Amino acid sequence: MTIWDIHVHLSGVPGKTAAERTDALLRYADRLDIERLCVFMGLNWSYDPTPEDMRRQNDEVIEAVRHRPDRVMGFVYLNPNHVEASLSELDRCVRDGPLVGVKLWVARRCHEPELDPIVRRATELRAPVLQHAYLKVAGNLPGESTPAQLAALSRRHPQSSFICAHAGAEWETGIRDLRDCPNVSVDISGTDPTAGMVEMAVNELGAKRVLFGSDAGGRSYASQLGKVLGARISREARAMILSENARRILAPILKLKGVNV
Amino acid sequence: MARTALAGATFAAISLPRLSEAKRAPAGGRLVDTNVTLMQWPMRRLPLDESEVLARTLLEHHVVEAWACSFEALLQPDLTAVNNRLARACKSAPRNLFIPFGAINPARTRWREDLRRCADEHKMPGIRLYPNYHGYTLNDAACADLFAECAGRGLIVQIAATLEDVRVQHPRMKCDPVDLKPLPGALAHAPGLKLVLLNWNRALNSKIALSLAAEGKAWVDMATQEGVAGISNLLRQAPRNAVLFGSHAPFYYFESALLKLRESELTADELEAIRFGNAGNVKRTHSI
Repeated sequence: MTIWDIHVHLSGVPGKTAAERTDALLRYADRLDIERLCVFMGLNWSYDPTPEDMRRQNDEVIEAVRHRPDRVMGFVYLNPNHVEASLSELDRCVRDGPLVGVKLWVARRCHEPELDPIVRRATELRAPVLQHAYLKVAGNLPGESTPAQLAALSRRHPQSSFICAHAGAEWETGIRDLRDCPNVSVDISGTDPTAGMVEMAVNELGAKRVLFGSDAGGRSYASQLGKVLGARISREARAMILSENARRILAPILKLKGVNV
Repeated sequence: MARTALAGATFAAISLPRLSEAKRAPAGGRLVDTNVTLMQWPMRRLPLDESEVLARTLLEHHVVEAWACSFEALLQPDLTAVNNRLARACKSAPRNLFIPFGAINPARTRWREDLRRCADEHKMPGIRLYPNYHGYTLNDAACADLFAECAGRGLIVQIAATLEDVRVQHPRMKCDPVDLKPLPGALAHAPGLKLVLLNWNRALNSKIALSLAAEGKAWVDMATQEGVAGISNLLRQAPRNAVLFGSHAPFYYFESALLKLRESELTADELEAIRFGNAGNVKRTHSI
């Protein structure tokens, strides 16, 4: 059984450079048989990055990918508050560079129309769009999306491939909100390893729409992997979640880049 | 589209120990889980919330002892009945797996009688406190009285600092994390108290847990320890003899805690201490 981690950051581990942190992330990934890491965002983050900051962070991710192309993939971090700069960055890093997907965080809520040109361009490039989504009982950040907002975006772009990061965190609501969005998968990363999450995702979305992600280095690989290994699901479902779904979702763009999947 | 740094990379399986091994005990041998809860979580059914099912899973993973309280204690006012049911459930578990830790609420009247029954009738080695669910602080006089009484009886006191991520709580059931700030002062009146802090990482003033552990005044569990190589990081902040294996099962997937032992690069001595050695010391000694 191979494992691909779809949600990793260059944070929470020692190292002054992206390459050093990549080595640290892989050192511990190896201990849990995690074969591939998908990283996004740089050494230092910002909620609403300027175009210059986006480029800096994406350059760091490219450095990580180029350091270990056999183990590391990367998504380009974009900011819908800077649409033109985001489209340029998408071309620079995905069309002309080594990155294979888009990461959107908390700069702007994802149901807003500013995201449309970014999603259209990502889809042309066969790049999936991973959107952070959370449901906080005390209220989200001003630009922080919910699963329902991602559902709205996905309905406008039925040919696009979306990943709802964290399954919305308050996953019992998040998973329900995404049930009728066949082009949205969920990653299980970045939440407490609360029992029942993976079972509900498999029951309500189907195992094909559930991806393993950790949110390392802020989170432990182990705490997140335990969600999948501890879940009462079939062996086939587990294999899909741990790597097969990520391979399938990324296959179109990886093939375009000449990567043997 | 440009062929890039990824081109030509083959996504072949790398040669590593198989996960089937990870699902077993990482370094072999037994485990004492100091952070288990029986009965049903009030907000949802959990896959392992039937005691027999939970016991099977824990035994499969070489758990020989699970220190267990009851989710019923969070909201039910009659803790006497809650603790009676907990004791019965533990007695019926296979291989004496579950060790009952009764719940005591010092903010309610007659808590001393509940404590006496836990110790004298049910022969429990300790109790568990839920200050944020029961509505008191560690600064309350009754709490200091409880600590002193438990120290005198040689009872272990577990404090559950949180049970779930406060960001995703039920909107009508929001419980702030426990504030550990008063704890050093409260302990001054209970010398020798065997104190175990559960899920302490998200407590308010959580660093007090680490300083108490460093001073030999508390043990800490690892259920909410996060980050890559989290247990190694914890051992840089707390002495090896103060860290206990705790899973927070069945609320958390048990495997999450188990795999943390594998993720961190731990020596055999460190593993033994965390897996069961330190828990044995908690039961045997009057202080670290």
